[in-house]
Amino acid sequence: MCHALPVKIIALTGPDAAKVSLGGIVKEISVALIDDPKVGDYVVLHVGYALAKIDEAEAERTLALLAAEGGEALPEFAAAEAPP
Amino acid sequence: MKHLDEYRDAETAHRLAAAIHSEAANSGRRYRLMEFCGGHTHAIFRYGIEDLLPANIEMVHGPGCPVCVLPTGRLDMAIRLAQRDGVILASYADMLRVPGSKGQSLMKARAGGADIRMVYSTLDAVKLAEANPQREVIFFAIGFETTTPPTALAIETAAKKGLTNFSVFCNHVLTPSAIAAILEAPAVRELSTVEIDGFLGPAHVSVVIGSQPYEFFAEEYRKPVAISGFEPIDILQSILMLVRQLNEGRAEVENQYIRAVTRDGNVRAKQAVSRVFELRRDFEWRGLGHIPYSALRLKDEFATFDAERRFDEPYIPTEGIKACECPAILRGAKKPTDCRLFGRACTPETPLGSCMVSSEGACAAYYTYGRMREAAQ
Repeated sequence: MCHALPVKIIALTGPDAAKVSLGGIVKEISVALIDDPKVGDYVVLHVGYALAKIDEAEAERTLALLAAEGGEALPEFAAAEAPP
Repeated sequence: MKHLDEYRDAETAHRLAAAIHSEAANSGRRYRLMEFCGGHTHAIFRYGIEDLLPANIEMVHGPGCPVCVLPTGRLDMAIRLAQRDGVILASYADMLRVPGSKGQSLMKARAGGADIRMVYSTLDAVKLAEANPQREVIFFAIGFETTTPPTALAIETAAKKGLTNFSVFCNHVLTPSAIAAILEAPAVRELSTVEIDGFLGPAHVSVVIGSQPYEFFAEEYRKPVAISGFEPIDILQSILMLVRQLNEGRAEVENQYIRAVTRDGNVRAKQAVSRVFELRRDFEWRGLGHIPYSALRLKDEFATFDAERRFDEPYIPTEGIKACECPAILRGAKKPTDCRLFGRACTPETPLGSCMVSSEGACAAYYTYGRMREAAQ
């Protein structure tokens, strides 16, 4: 029920409306719940509404934290890499 | 796809799993972590996250599945509303197969002639009302805080357009009330087996309400919280955060999902909700019982948009199927495999309980991804 997906705004189509793309699938959604939507923004899409902008700087920070997280892959998992 | 693929990376997952093992495996304690949200339950099973964790970390599945916690009596109300003359009931698809009392469901009511339409968005329901001025369109509103702002905007939109044939059957419920009920439920206090050491906080509920409402639980109950995104890497990173907090004796609210969650959440969305809704004095939850001020209803100024008042439809509490363990499963007190109906009489094809219907329900997640797991080990 609370599922939501990160989608990219590709056009503003009217007051509170925008076209978004997710891997090539294009859909018209409401942007009435977020401040200042812009083309190129990534937003969290839930039941036809953008719920929030994705903060690119915080996403970078998360990825940097993940990259810094030490530890070698455990041997039992290292052997079991997913097929390409 | 950006903001998705990087959080599904196998190599990162293995490194995080190794870090969790090195922090947790030799600590000599257990970690019982409740993922509140059904979306997390689903992801944990889909990606086999439990198989990456050491044996002393146990994921306890919480009640954060709105379809699952809706009591049978409320579903019966929706069916009765749909069966009224001239009504179109607009519903999210999740609700159609949920069993009501006497073997009924919205799907069966539709087969019996009721006009029930699946909608993707609340705006589709408003459009239905515009396109069918001679009919009464009722939107079956359900969900936690994530889904509430869209309902609020639909009601405001209908009011602005002067629609007189649109109303909402409101079943919106509140996450913090449910967490408090779990922490205070006698079953939880008395049974050591369901003691919870920390919470994985919901992703998209928190996008709306922010991280602030969880601070109470961290302070008052000394339970650490890590608000987590829905992707496997998000979940693993959050589990690591909780393990570290518990090892260090901290009980704080940490936010793993910083790319979308702030402390205050989405103020614009919260304002829309508070313009339209007010607290309900009492609401019954499947599994958790009556919880005061745990749900929302429409404010008096929007009373004509409130289907319950407009059609004077009463709530008649009913008992579910006796052997169904949904209530205990929703509290985290039992696992789906503890239910004797699981996988036998009750499957996703022929669900007897709500936890098997919704793809976010713990039973459906076990059945779809995990029912062969114990046999395989």
